Amino acid sequence: MTEASPPSDSFTAEGGHGAVPTGPAVPTGSPTRSPRNSWPLWEVFVRGKRGLNHVHVGSLHAADGEMALGNARDVYTRRNEGVSIWVVPAGSITASSPDEKDAFFAPSGDKVYRHPTFYEIPDNVPHM
Amino acid sequence: MNETVQPETVDADRAVLDHFESTIAHDQRIEPRDWMPEKYRKTMIRQIAQHAHSEIIGMQPEGNWITRAPSLRRKAILLAKVQDEAGHGMYLYSAAETLGIDRGEMTEMLISGRQKYSSIFNYPTPSYADVGVIGWLVDGAAICNQVPLCRSSFGPYARAMVRICKEESFHQRQGYELLMTMMRGTDTQREMVQESVNRWWWPSLMMFGPPDEQSPNTEQSMAWKIKRHTNDELRQRYVDMSVPQAEALGVTFPDPELRWNAATGHYDYGQIDWDDFNRVVSGDGPCNAERIEHRRSAHEDGAWVREAAIAYADKQAARTKTAA
Repeated sequence: MTEASPPSDSFTAEGGHGAVPTGPAVPTGSPTRSPRNSWPLWEVFVRGKRGLNHVHVGSLHAADGEMALGNARDVYTRRNEGVSIWVVPAGSITASSPDEKDAFFAPSGDKVYRHPTFYEIPDNVPHM
Repeated sequence: MNETVQPETVDADRAVLDHFESTIAHDQRIEPRDWMPEKYRKTMIRQIAQHAHSEIIGMQPEGNWITRAPSLRRKAILLAKVQDEAGHGMYLYSAAETLGIDRGEMTEMLISGRQKYSSIFNYPTPSYADVGVIGWLVDGAAICNQVPLCRSSFGPYARAMVRICKEESFHQRQGYELLMTMMRGTDTQREMVQESVNRWWWPSLMMFGPPDEQSPNTEQSMAWKIKRHTNDELRQRYVDMSVPQAEALGVTFPDPELRWNAATGHYDYGQIDWDDFNRVVSGDGPCNAERIEHRRSAHEDGAWVREAAIAYADKQAARTKTAA
């Protein structure tokens, strides 16, 4: 048997399917615009079963809302994971910024009296 | 830290970096809009895109057998499995897009060879038994890799991985069951299974990447918790899991040095022929060109569909506007 040496600089094990070649530097996207004529991005929310809220599960591309719903069904509910789907154009979502996290959520930070445990009730008072 | 920059910049930089590192140290997830080091962002895009591309290219080796599956049952199962691979690719492109890269751009980069996919899919599937062996061994190796990635520090990737792992279990079990069925068949069928196992065993072991001492990126990836175990740890775990499965199936692995080591509590295995793997990695594998060419033609042949759908959507939107 020859002493085989692994080509350690030519591949790495990254991600779920393991070893991939480490080719030339991989361009990794400054925020990009979609190529011409590409379908817009939709965020997908699925209600897992009756009685539960819709929950964000991911995104997909589709030309319009109807196609987005069909694609969402095929991508996110192949095994009965949902009874209802919402699709929302990604650009329509307004989100709080993580940068202003502290200031934005500060108003609730110092209001411990909003929690039931703030109040001392004697042990002999039942059902409270 | 770089000591030549302005003090206030240093303080601000250190504050966000500290926040990032303490988030990871507390086993919390990094979310897309959080500040993150540029190298972390690039590494995550590369890791997720490569995984997505692997799922998409991974449809081809088994898709090869859909029209020739031996029964309607096997055909339905194989269709569902290949559809899952597409779905996994979609979950992952969705996760990568949260980092600001566009899906269309990733497809272009795959087709032009600027982004890569797992080399395991550059091996051919000349035998129907390959469908079973890929499910058992290749998807089994993928599961070993992916289960720890459900705890990746990057939230969208970890969540995609949870969905994928649930479905991979179906992939592995259908493959193993297919092989059990063949092993109960004729001598020829049993030989087909063994022949396929002989071809896939070593490539499966290579999926875990270079040995630890030659894997310089591992340390940083472990620190960032985007890799949870070293290549050799995962490879050993995979060997230990697979040997009893092979025994139950009635096949052997093509490695004369494979044997139980009571001292370590693990199976020892022989030397991996990295030269062969290097040929495949560097583009000289049996199917490299074919895989990309097929992906390119599917993308280009589908261009008119994408354009027609946009034209239809625009027309419908205009009509709705007029009616209103």
